[in-house]
Amino acid sequence: MRVSSRGGPVVEPVVEPGADVVEVLVGFAATVRAAGVPVTPDRTAAFLAAVAEVGVDDRDGVYWAGRSTLCGDRDHLRPYDLAFEAWFTGRTVRQGRPNPYQRPHATAMASLGDVPRGGSEVEEQQETVRAAASDTEVLRHRDVGELDDAARDEVRRLLASLDVRQPLRRASRRRRARHGELDVRRTLREELRRGGEPGPLRWTTSGRRPRRVVWLVDVSGSMAPYADVLLRLAHTQVRAAAERRGAGSARGRARVEVFTIGTRLTRVTTAMQHRDVEAALKAAGEQVPDWSGGTRLGEVLRAFADRWGQRGVARGAVLVICSDGWERGDTTLLAEQVERLHRLAHRLVWVNPHRGKLGYEPVQAGIAAVLPHVDDFVAGHSVASYVELMEVLAGA
Amino acid sequence: MNGAPESAESLADALLSTGYLPDEGLATVAWLAMRLQRPLLLEGEPGTGKTALAEAVAQATGAELVRLQCYEGIDASQALYDWDVTRQVLHLRAIEASRGEGERVEVEAAEKSMFDERFLLERPVLRALRTTPSVLLVDEVDRSDDEFEAFLLEVLSTYAVTIPELGTVRAETPPFVVLTSNRTREVHDALKRRCLYHWVEHPSLSREIDILRTRLPDVPPRLAEQVATAAHRLRGEGLLKPPGVAESLDWVRCLVELGARDLDTQTAAVTLGAVLKYREDADRVRGDLDRLLAG
Repeated sequence: MRVSSRGGPVVEPVVEPGADVVEVLVGFAATVRAAGVPVTPDRTAAFLAAVAEVGVDDRDGVYWAGRSTLCGDRDHLRPYDLAFEAWFTGRTVRQGRPNPYQRPHATAMASLGDVPRGGSEVEEQQETVRAAASDTEVLRHRDVGELDDAARDEVRRLLASLDVRQPLRRASRRRRARHGELDVRRTLREELRRGGEPGPLRWTTSGRRPRRVVWLVDVSGSMAPYADVLLRLAHTQVRAAAERRGAGSARGRARVEVFTIGTRLTRVTTAMQHRDVEAALKAAGEQVPDWSGGTRLGEVLRAFADRWGQRGVARGAVLVICSDGWERGDTTLLAEQVERLHRLAHRLVWVNPHRGKLGYEPVQAGIAAVLPHVDDFVAGHSVASYVELMEVLAGA
Repeated sequence: MNGAPESAESLADALLSTGYLPDEGLATVAWLAMRLQRPLLLEGEPGTGKTALAEAVAQATGAELVRLQCYEGIDASQALYDWDVTRQVLHLRAIEASRGEGERVEVEAAEKSMFDERFLLERPVLRALRTTPSVLLVDEVDRSDDEFEAFLLEVLSTYAVTIPELGTVRAETPPFVVLTSNRTREVHDALKRRCLYHWVEHPSLSREIDILRTRLPDVPPRLAEQVATAAHRLRGEGLLKPPGVAESLDWVRCLVELGARDLDTQTAAVTLGAVLKYREDADRVRGDLDRLLAG
């Protein structure tokens, strides 16, 4: 969009003569913030310093100065572009307006229009969940605070009784030990302290660090009764990881990631960091556009693998997919993506609440397609099954 | 050319002369980072020339390039400095051995000589601070962990480090710092705020052709064009790992080695391994080569 064919900058003043330059620029920074980019005062200050370098006469320069100082993520670039256009040409975006970009990390996808309707035999058997895998994406916000008392009690008991240890992996940093490999440095250093007299040998062994856990929680209609509880479970683990390393420390946060899947993929890790579970679920509920909508499991898993998984979030992690595997039509893509995630992840755990039901057989096309690539297939419908799930996770 | 360039244009020209064709706006942002003495955080798909920028800037400004490759578990002693303990012990033994009969070892002097420059193992960050001019490349910072980011933030805010035994080392002129990230993990906000940010896109078709021809001057123009076009189409195919410019360059080099003048179905099929690094991707593309290479 921006003009920048090399061969000289486009000299075009961005500030009309007579206007207060600082006011205009600070106003622009505020507009960018209103467009959903977290612009802090120090970023604004950096922006002013950068503009002082390029000069206000150079429109292109101002654009790049702002883009490099006010933005800090790829997701910020589009809101920034729009805000720049609006502020320096049309001036249509004003501070404080509700803005259309405040839906972070929602990966947009095509509509489900071409998926064939009609019932196969499997669908007939699944009367109860049939309505859920609909092809209309229900873009509505759900009030996650509305739970009946019984469910609330159950969740409380569940949270109280659960052991939320994270799985461990080998760390590259070593630690002291009674046996293992010779710790040359420590041995020598102690020897040095004694003036070079030889002494006992010291040993090191490789340390252990928590392994990353990634939750993918299906929030489509067919999973509606369980999604809430599963997110609470994920929240418990996010908080436990954060508290183990000191409340709110960045390191703890990186260890548990939570995404919701439905017709879209939404990252809710940040929302899940609220200390209070109700606040966390409320924040997540506001962020998730496709609560109780349909599913496009295969496509969403591909979006996850492309955007997050392959880049490293899923690498070596324990991947927990909570879904009933309800996929309309062709399951080739779903199977392909699960196979791929299985290769990326250290362990793939599939939680299917319907598995816990009496007489359940994994005959549904979706779940049958993914089962060969799943390490652990667990139920997720009762407190007992969550205890089992946590044991599986701790041992993974 | 030496030192910081006068303007963004002159930096762009200097980069061009080293064979690096900067991304749109990248020269401006890099120049701003130099002027404001702030680190430059480059994010983008693998193979879009993030690391190459640091190399090109170093070459263009006549600065020394110091590279720090990050990995999980990296810590300050691998980035900053370390003492060569073995040599220190040997030194102590030498002092003991060399003293004459009845003489005493001068404790203070001996101690002082232990923590001498020559026992100091300089690691990349310290080397960059002590070399002027220099370019410090912190590669793949997303692979390190949060403790290391905090440490980096400290160094990059003050451009100084303190070695208890020697004192504080402060950079005469702060090095030009380039951090690259493949976005496998979000870099911490505090570190991001300290940096200027730039997202490096895959280049446009015409720029990619230019890049191929600049980096590999011996390549027949037609071949460069064909490879760039094919690479562009591959990026739109929804592959597991779309090829970057680095892969296009490799591909052209392979074709040149084979003595190919043209990219046809046959030569493409045998050299596909240079661009596609996943079996699934290769399988998918192999059956469809005619369409990809058409026109």
